[in-house]
Amino acid sequence: MHMADALVTPAVAGTMYVCSAAVAAYSVKKVREENDPKKVSLMGVMGAFVFATQMINFTIPGTGSSGHLCGGMLLSSLLGPYAGFLTMIGVLLIQCLFFADGGLLALGCNVWNMAFYGCFIGTLIWRYVNKKEFSKRRIALASVLGCVLTLQLGAFSVTLETLASGITELPFGVFVATMQPIHLAIGAVEGLITAAVLVFIYEARPELLYGSNAERTAAGKLSFRKTLVVLALAAVVIGGGLSLAASQYPDGLEWSMEQIAGTAELEADGDAYETAAAVQDATAFLPDYAFQSSDTAAGTVVSGIVGCAIVVAVCVGACHAFRFFRRKQTA
Amino acid sequence: MSRTGTAIYEINAMETLAERDQWMNHIHPLVKFILTVGYIAVVVSFHKYDLIGLLGMVVYPVAGFLLAELSFGRCLRQLRVVLPLVCMVGLVNPFFDRVPVWIGGLCIRAGVISMLTLMLKGTFAVLASYLLIATTTLEQICYALQLLHVPRIIVTQILLTGRYLTLLLGEVNRMTQAYALRAPSQKGVHYKVWGSLTGQLLLRSIDRANELYESMLLRGYDGDFAYLGAHIRLRGRDLVYMAVWCVLFVLLRRVPVILWVGRIVTGV
Repeated sequence: MHMADALVTPAVAGTMYVCSAAVAAYSVKKVREENDPKKVSLMGVMGAFVFATQMINFTIPGTGSSGHLCGGMLLSSLLGPYAGFLTMIGVLLIQCLFFADGGLLALGCNVWNMAFYGCFIGTLIWRYVNKKEFSKRRIALASVLGCVLTLQLGAFSVTLETLASGITELPFGVFVATMQPIHLAIGAVEGLITAAVLVFIYEARPELLYGSNAERTAAGKLSFRKTLVVLALAAVVIGGGLSLAASQYPDGLEWSMEQIAGTAELEADGDAYETAAAVQDATAFLPDYAFQSSDTAAGTVVSGIVGCAIVVAVCVGACHAFRFFRRKQTA
Repeated sequence: MSRTGTAIYEINAMETLAERDQWMNHIHPLVKFILTVGYIAVVVSFHKYDLIGLLGMVVYPVAGFLLAELSFGRCLRQLRVVLPLVCMVGLVNPFFDRVPVWIGGLCIRAGVISMLTLMLKGTFAVLASYLLIATTTLEQICYALQLLHVPRIIVTQILLTGRYLTLLLGEVNRMTQAYALRAPSQKGVHYKVWGSLTGQLLLRSIDRANELYESMLLRGYDGDFAYLGAHIRLRGRDLVYMAVWCVLFVLLRRVPVILWVGRIVTGV
């Protein structure tokens, strides 16, 4: 579910950075208030743990395929929502830098899609299901429910962010219908694996589970109302940011034509054009687009490719010259 | 090599590259970090049909790789993670965006152009990120984040996660290897031991975190890694390097340089 940089525009990425940064700032404040100096080292090691265990393939019975651990839910059920969220930021940053899994610009989106839902919504479910007491059944239920729901929310956010960026031509309905069922299955499997680990911890060292002791009534308690307020604020910020992004690009191919041919309203004729126009009319999608002449477009493409080759050649030459003179200087 | 083995190898290889005594590695980490984020932002800001304009942005990774003496081949392996998702999203564009575009005698759909643009954006973003991490250590990146006023809790946590990553990956590698040797015909970990296998590692990790904290206290840890960036200074050449690239990014974004050069040469 990691979003690549190419899937977002700067406006969407910036908006999501603002939302994630706001939640991170609040989480930092809450972790500081907890005043537990051991927590930072625990967060560091747990981040590495989540990263490392995501490399383990867990066989899904009867399918021949395998699943992985759900990091957000596991971290929030051990460290709590705030420390879990901050730990996930570190994991996502390292994943994007070392393994190109996600992107630097899309980090805000990924933090929101995976860390925010995984840790905050996950904690709400964890606390609600285990409100009275801990039991194996409750822990398993909370894990599966939490993973499924948070992954569904994350996948839905991916859809919204990609569509708001205008990256894909896929209609909203088709995109959602593709993303949600896949992540429903993934969420269920990840939930079962996370449940297995948390049940083991419950049997071995139950005091490690979040909310197992006095923390249940501590000041750092995450309330449903607070989460709703955060979500509402995020919706306003995201909505505002995305509407700005939408108004920035009024139409695509017309802009492109203006760059290439100098005008957006051009005429052309010929069999191929008529055939193409028929297809265009049939699909009724951006019907007033056309190119002036094939030569102009071809010339632009040739010029573009030749220009790019020359610029790259000049760049390579300049770099080699720089390295040559530098070596000479240091020799 | 197993998945964990590959991950350990890749992390170690990146660290070795980042620790080289090389010109690019000595550029201030904050400059490299800002340039990388700025470059990616400029790349993704190109219009979905502006394929030719986007081509000009190839200059930064090409120059960076040459100056840093990095191998393109090794970096391209990183694309295996990004390209499938980008392709999955981009491949549908030709089916939904059917506006015909004529290039010479060839008619293609506008969706093909937006698909190619998307793939190129994904590739450029990965190349830029690789350039950053291959010339900058994680400690230096954390120092850059510290300079950007990212809270110390987050910076310390990222630093510790990075430090303990190879250690825990090594442990996972040994565990999965031992498991595979005892269950040779089995693919992955059986569901009956999902909890105990990972849970044992989790308990050991938590104990390790406590020991780590105690040893940090013994060495005078007071919540701050003061040595971060102790030997790094912002020099004039760093600023020149940044200024040159900023001017080039603006130029390539605002002016169709590639098209002009091509037209001058081809006369079209």
